[in-house]
Amino acid sequence: MTSPFFMAFLPELVLLAGGLALFFVTLGEGLARRARLIATATALVALAAAVAGLGREAVLFSGAYRVDLFSQVLKLVLTAGFAGVLGLSAQLPDIRQRIQPEYFLFLTLSVTGLVLLVSCVDVVALVIALELSSFPLYLMVPMRREREGQRSQMESAVKYIMFGVAANGVMLFGLSYLFGLTGTTSLPVMAAQLGPIVQSPLVVLGLALSFCGLYYKLAIFPFHFWTPDVYQGASNETAGLIATLPKIGAVAVLVRLVSLATPQHGTIALLLSCLAVGSMLFGNLLALGQTDFKRLLGFSGVAHAGYAVVGFVALSGAGFAAALYYITGYVLMVLACFVVISRVSRDGANVAVADLAGLHRRSPLLAATLIVGVFGLAGIPPFVGFFGKLSLLTAALAGGHLVLVVITMVNAAIAVYYYLRVVREAVFGDPVADAPALALDTSTRVLCVVLIVAIVALGVAPALMMDTLSQALTAINLPLAAS
Amino acid sequence: MTTPSFTFLGLPILSVLIFSPLVAAAGAMLIGSERLLRGWALLCTTVVAALSLPLWWRFNPETADFQFREQVAWIPFLKIDYALGVDGISLLLVLLTTLILPLCVLASWTYIKTRIKEFFICLLVMESAMIGVFCARDAILFFVFWEAMLIPMAVLIGVWGGPRRLYASLKFFIYTMAGSVFLLVALIALRLKTGSFDLGGMVGQQFSPVFQFWVFAAFFLSFAIKVPMFPFHTWLPAAHVEAPTAGSVILASVLLKMGTYGFLRFCLPITPQATLALAPWMLVLSVIGILYGGLTALAQNDLKKLVAYSSVGHMGFATLGIFSLTTQGVEGAVLVMINHGVTTGALFICVGVLYERLHTRELSAVAGVGKLMPVFTGFFGVFCLSSLAFPGTNSFIGEFLVLAGSFAHSKWITICVVPGVVLAAAYMLRVLQRVAFGGTSNPVHEGLQDLGWREVITLTPLLVAVLWIGLHPQPVVGVLHATVRNLLLQVGPLVP
Repeated sequence: MTSPFFMAFLPELVLLAGGLALFFVTLGEGLARRARLIATATALVALAAAVAGLGREAVLFSGAYRVDLFSQVLKLVLTAGFAGVLGLSAQLPDIRQRIQPEYFLFLTLSVTGLVLLVSCVDVVALVIALELSSFPLYLMVPMRREREGQRSQMESAVKYIMFGVAANGVMLFGLSYLFGLTGTTSLPVMAAQLGPIVQSPLVVLGLALSFCGLYYKLAIFPFHFWTPDVYQGASNETAGLIATLPKIGAVAVLVRLVSLATPQHGTIALLLSCLAVGSMLFGNLLALGQTDFKRLLGFSGVAHAGYAVVGFVALSGAGFAAALYYITGYVLMVLACFVVISRVSRDGANVAVADLAGLHRRSPLLAATLIVGVFGLAGIPPFVGFFGKLSLLTAALAGGHLVLVVITMVNAAIAVYYYLRVVREAVFGDPVADAPALALDTSTRVLCVVLIVAIVALGVAPALMMDTLSQALTAINLPLAAS
Repeated sequence: MTTPSFTFLGLPILSVLIFSPLVAAAGAMLIGSERLLRGWALLCTTVVAALSLPLWWRFNPETADFQFREQVAWIPFLKIDYALGVDGISLLLVLLTTLILPLCVLASWTYIKTRIKEFFICLLVMESAMIGVFCARDAILFFVFWEAMLIPMAVLIGVWGGPRRLYASLKFFIYTMAGSVFLLVALIALRLKTGSFDLGGMVGQQFSPVFQFWVFAAFFLSFAIKVPMFPFHTWLPAAHVEAPTAGSVILASVLLKMGTYGFLRFCLPITPQATLALAPWMLVLSVIGILYGGLTALAQNDLKKLVAYSSVGHMGFATLGIFSLTTQGVEGAVLVMINHGVTTGALFICVGVLYERLHTRELSAVAGVGKLMPVFTGFFGVFCLSSLAFPGTNSFIGEFLVLAGSFAHSKWITICVVPGVVLAAAYMLRVLQRVAFGGTSNPVHEGLQDLGWREVITLTPLLVAVLWIGLHPQPVVGVLHATVRNLLLQVGPLVP
């Protein structure tokens, strides 16, 4: 049952309209407040449109764009995450007032790119959506105020864009192989044509290179080198965005691309296993020594990307669903951490782990948010991180990857140490003498409570989301119904 | 035979027991006054204890089936159920948990002076998780409760503990976590073999010996850390010494039992062949634990450390009984678990009583308080005698059964244990002698108060339990008999 164009495309239309309105706002002067208001309204309307769009199905733009359960669920997650990031960006102390409208414009455009991305089933459209989601981020990183003559934000921005462009180039190169082998840019047609020749080295090479652009977004070792520097150099709110939403988009596209390979494909599975192990070990070991909380989250993000890839190794629907569920939970938990960072931060400066000392006295709600987020990341029940890991490991073990599962669990045990360090400061430490109590505004309180409830609720009752995801994945690369 | 169903206000009783402490913790968040908070915590834990008592009367000891069962699909995608039930072993441990918690609240009445609200919330959340562990019939539900205890326990040690509390708290957390990650892998592997996380479905499956060996190894690592068995015991003295009284009591009385409970619930029935093959090694580790714990306890001057090392020895008896794989041995092991909960819990409360008055736990500094605190010394004396398994006290029955069971299994092992029994008498009598009669007049002891009514009320139930189990153990053993026989039938040919 296909829906009319307007209804099927509603979330994207809302976001585009919001982007357009923000563009006009950027032409004026001193309209930061209005820009924030428009962006927030856009996020909330888009969220409502995404809720209304659940269950719609349509094929648009000559078969390049597919609206199905898979894309609609992710659009819901993305727009909700958009609202969360805006709640995080309520203050923006480190972005000059004059360019704040541009900040909100680029934020909205980047999210628009991601929302488009999850529906693309044509590689050209996919690359364009990926670029649309990436380029605004390249511009948001250097927007941070210069402090004490340091220009670390510029260094980060250059690293981010250079790595990004290089990774995209490799991805395009790989996609050109796939195009050359099949003569089509449409993923469903490609899937059907690759079926018989999927074991040939050229297909493996094409697929492996195509994944690179996504590894970069996900920050998989060895494509992660930008991560800690960009987290450190970008303002807290920008880092909060970069750490969260693009990863959902990357996992979604990775699901589409990886499912081109059949479940019996040993080489792809081996490749993914190596990347997963590398990411987990590298991320966790380097996170052990970090003192800056954002850098710590950056390295832990590398490790978590590795966990998510564990779900792909089985090349099964259950594994893909687990990866999507895991990354959704990850976004919630990291958002919780970034809410704490942006509120604890003084005038937008970076937050060291030691700055969290005695947080429970300065603001019990923030401390609770941090604890839930960090223990969730550590994979302790009943938070979403635990059931994410459980379903990832179950899928991987069902695929016979015992060694990978054991390595993953060893890594989970290593990671507990640095997460505990954070908790130790926040809960057991005493605040430094001149640290004031933190007063939270209502929107922050609401955001904290919503994040805590979501992290616990997704952990205690994951059935609904998991069932929806696995249902959505059954038909992901099947030939189009009507084009 | 049908198992009795039993509800409270229309809700299944086990769920009520698990979740009412959580509700109480949520209620505690709304209370501001410290006096009210203490009262609320005491009221709630007492109500939970009262609610758990009918389990004892309604339990049918004739059958080895799980009783008061509940089962609802929880996460169908992964085949995880919300399944609860108790057999003889879990019944006793649930009762131990619910009955010891009000005493923990009483023991913390004046001991805890800062952040009282958070303290009682942690205590209540712990109670929920502990009851949950003993009732869970689904592997993941078990694991969730198992891990859920980590955070509140680490907080109990880390916030209200002694000078090195952070070190002890992190050590406890990381040790336990490191053990449990492999438990999770083993559970997933079992789920893939049997098709669901149902614990009942994992029993009697005839897995291949190699598979059994690896699963047993994962189980062993996790449970041996929790018990703790030698050489995984090093977190225990640190945690015990630093924890506040209530934390030590919970740790000793309930948390350590989860390791041995895990052996009984997972290793024996699910990996019987591996259990049979590896039992001699387990016995050797148990004997080392008993001797090592006794020798180390003999050399301690810190009372809490002494009791902590004596725990290593006592838990060695429990694992000795379990891996003797005889009816008497396993029944004795469960009794040792219960007795250790009662006696060691009581000893920690006694040490806490001294610490509150003298702010020291050094044996030399508390020597001679017997003259000034006769009531205290009376209680303390009985608990010390119980700890060294004096006939007529509870521990005697447990250790006697364990030794009888292990004798049937292997004479030599049992002979090796005998020095351990002597050591227990040596270190406990040394403490008792010093505390009751030792020293001359110490000026610090001027004006020392004897036990107040609150402390007497705290210790009396434990004293009653010591003598009741010691003199009339039949009801407790009777509850166990069918369950233990069934458990051992799952391992292999029954040995008396």
